[in-house]
Amino acid sequence: MNALVLIMRREIRLALRQIGESAIIVLFFVLAAVLFPFGVGPEPNMLARIAPGVVWVTALLAAMLSFERLFTPDFEDGSLEQLALGPAPLEMIALAKAAAHWLTTGLPLMIAAPLIAVLYRLPDAGYGALMTTMALGTPTISLIGTVGAALTLGSRRGGVLLSLLVIPLIVPVLIFGTAAIDAAIGGIPVRQHLMLMGGFLLGALVLTPLATAAALRQALE
Amino acid sequence: MRFFGENLSCVRGERLVFSGLEFAVDPGTALVLTGSNGSGKTSLLRVMSGLTRPTVGHLAWQDGPVVDNPECHHSRLNYVGHLDALKPVLSVRENLQTWARLHGSTDKKIASALKKLGLEGSENIPGRYLSTGQRRRLSLARLAASDAPLWLLDEPTIALDAASVDAVRSLIAEHRAAGGMAVIATNVDLGIADTTTLNLLDFAAADEDIWEGVR
Amino acid sequence: MIQQYANPARFNRLAATLMPWFAWPAGVLIAVGLYFALFNSPPDYQQGDTVRIMYVHVPSAWMALFVYTSMAISSAVGLIWKHPLAHLSAQAAAPIGACFTFVCLLTGSLWGKPMWGTWWVWDARLTSVLILFFLYLGFMALQNAFDDPARGERSAAILAIIGFINVPIIKFSVDWWNTLHQPASVVKISGPAIHSSMLIPLFVMGVGFTLYFCALLLLRMKTLMLARRARGMSMAQLHQQASE
Repeated sequence: MNALVLIMRREIRLALRQIGESAIIVLFFVLAAVLFPFGVGPEPNMLARIAPGVVWVTALLAAMLSFERLFTPDFEDGSLEQLALGPAPLEMIALAKAAAHWLTTGLPLMIAAPLIAVLYRLPDAGYGALMTTMALGTPTISLIGTVGAALTLGSRRGGVLLSLLVIPLIVPVLIFGTAAIDAAIGGIPVRQHLMLMGGFLLGALVLTPLATAAALRQALE
Repeated sequence: MRFFGENLSCVRGERLVFSGLEFAVDPGTALVLTGSNGSGKTSLLRVMSGLTRPTVGHLAWQDGPVVDNPECHHSRLNYVGHLDALKPVLSVRENLQTWARLHGSTDKKIASALKKLGLEGSENIPGRYLSTGQRRRLSLARLAASDAPLWLLDEPTIALDAASVDAVRSLIAEHRAAGGMAVIATNVDLGIADTTTLNLLDFAAADEDIWEGVR
Repeated sequence: MIQQYANPARFNRLAATLMPWFAWPAGVLIAVGLYFALFNSPPDYQQGDTVRIMYVHVPSAWMALFVYTSMAISSAVGLIWKHPLAHLSAQAAAPIGACFTFVCLLTGSLWGKPMWGTWWVWDARLTSVLILFFLYLGFMALQNAFDDPARGERSAAILAIIGFINVPIIKFSVDWWNTLHQPASVVKISGPAIHSSMLIPLFVMGVGFTLYFCALLLLRMKTLMLARRARGMSMAQLHQQASE
C-alpha cells in the first residue's frame, strides 16, 4: 500500500512539473467542442439537444490524446523497468498509474465539462447528471485507456493504434453517460443509468489492472 | 544467501540466445559476464532480474524459486541497466528519492549515496542539465542507497571518468565486504579482485528451427 | 527445445489429413444451402425475394461471433500454455472473421436499401456487428504493430480476451441504446417466427460456413507457418553471413 502511495505521488509530482501537458488536453477538449456549432449552426434548441453527446464525445477524444504519455516516457527512459523491479506488483503499479491519470486528466476534463455545457445551453436539469456521469465515467475511461496504452507500448504508430483499440471498448460508457443526462433533462429517473455506470467502473477497477499488468509484462520482456 | 540459475535458455526476437546455462552467486562474491556483443549478457541480466522469463530453466534463491515470490526477489536486487531511469524535470535528489524510497531507503542513506558517487552539491540540479557521466553516476547511486544484497550491473562504467570508475570499484568492494553479491556484465576489465567469470559464448546455442517439418 | 510444447510438423500432417473433410462438405453444404435459399424456399409475404439475403447475412453474423470466440480461446491458450500454434491460430482466424463480419455488414446494408429505403440504419444488431468489426481491425492492427512478431501476437492475444469480455457488454448497451432512440415499429431483421422452410436452408448454410471457416483456417495456418519458416531460414542465413 505504501508503494501505491509512493508511485502515485511520483506520478502526480511529474504531472505537476509538466502541467502544460494536462492543460493542452483540456484545451483540446474545449476547442473540439467549440467546433460543433460552426458545423451544425448556432440554433439554440439544436445545440441544447446535442449538448450531452458533444460533451461526452469530445471528452473521450481528448482523453485518447492523453493515453500515449501514460507509459511511453517511462518505457523509453528505463523508469518502467525500475518500477517493475520495485516491491509493488505490476497490478498495483497499473492501478496507481490509472489513478494518477484520472487525477491529472480525467478530473480536469470533468471540471471543464460544465463550461462546455454552458456554451451549449444545456438545460439546468442536466448539470447534476452531467457531473455524476463524468465522475463515474472518466475513471472507467482512465482504466480502459491504461490497458490500451500498455498494449501498444513500443509499437509503431502507438497513438493512433491506441485510439483504434480503446474507442470500441468505451462505447458503453458513452451510451449510458449521454443517456443519463438526456433522461435527467426529460425528468426521468437516472438511477438505473448511474448504477450501470457504477457497475462498469467496478468491473474495470477489478479487471483492467490484471490486463494492464499482463500487457506491461509482455512489453518489458 | 545463495542465488543460482539452472539450465537457463532464452529466446530473443525469435533467436535462441543461450541455452543450458548454469550460474551461482554466493554472498561476498562477484560474477563477471563476458562475451562479444549480442552474446546475451544483457538478456541474462534481465532474466536474473525477473524482467524476462527464461524460456526454459529456473532461477532460485536458497530459500525457494523466484517464480514463487517475484516481489520478494525484486526486494533483494538492484538492477542498473543501459537506461538511467531519470526524469528531466526532477532534481538529482528527487530522482534518487523516487527509487530509493520505493525500496524503503531513508533520507540519510540517500544523502550518503549521493556523496559516494560525487554528486554532493548538485542535489538540486534538474535531471535535464546533467551530463552523460553524471546521469550514469546518479543511476549508480541507487545501489549505494539500497540494502538489496544482489546487484545486477550492465556495463556500469560506460561514460565514466577514471575517478568515477574508482568510486564504482570501491562501492562494489564495500558491498561485497558487507556480504553482498554482484553480477556485472562488462567487456572491459574493471580491475575487481577475486571474481568468477562466466563467458556467454560457452552457452551459445545452435538455432533450432521449430517450423522445420512444415512443408 | 520448444518442441516439447508444440510440434508444428505433426500439426501440419494432421491439417493435411483433415483438410478434405472440411473443404468438401463445406462446398457441398453451401451449394445445397444456396439452392434451397435461392430457388426452393418461399419468398417472404412482406419482403418478397429480398428475404433471400438473409441466407448469407445471418450465417455471416453467426460466424463473426463464432470466429471471435475461437480467437479469444486460442489467445488464452497461447498466453497460458505458451503454445505457439495457438497464437498462430488466432492470427490466422482474424482476417477470416473480419471478412465474415464485413460480409454481414455489407449484406445488412444491401438488405436495408429495399426494406428501409436507406443503406444504413442504426439498427441494434448492425451497430453491434459494426463495433465487432472494429474489434477485429484493432486485433489485426495490434498484431502487426511491433518489430518483434512475438510481442505483437502476445499483445493482440490480451486484446482478444479483453474484447471477448467486452462483446456482451457492448451488445447489451447497444440494444438498450437502440430501444431508447428508435420507435418500436422498425422491422426486426429476423422476426421471432421463421418457418421451417426458411430455417432449414439457414441451418445448412450455417454449418457450411463453419466448415468453410475450418478449412480456411487450416490453410491460413499452414501459410503462416511457411512464412515463419522462410523468415527463420533467411535470418539463420544472415546470422551465418555475419559470423563468417
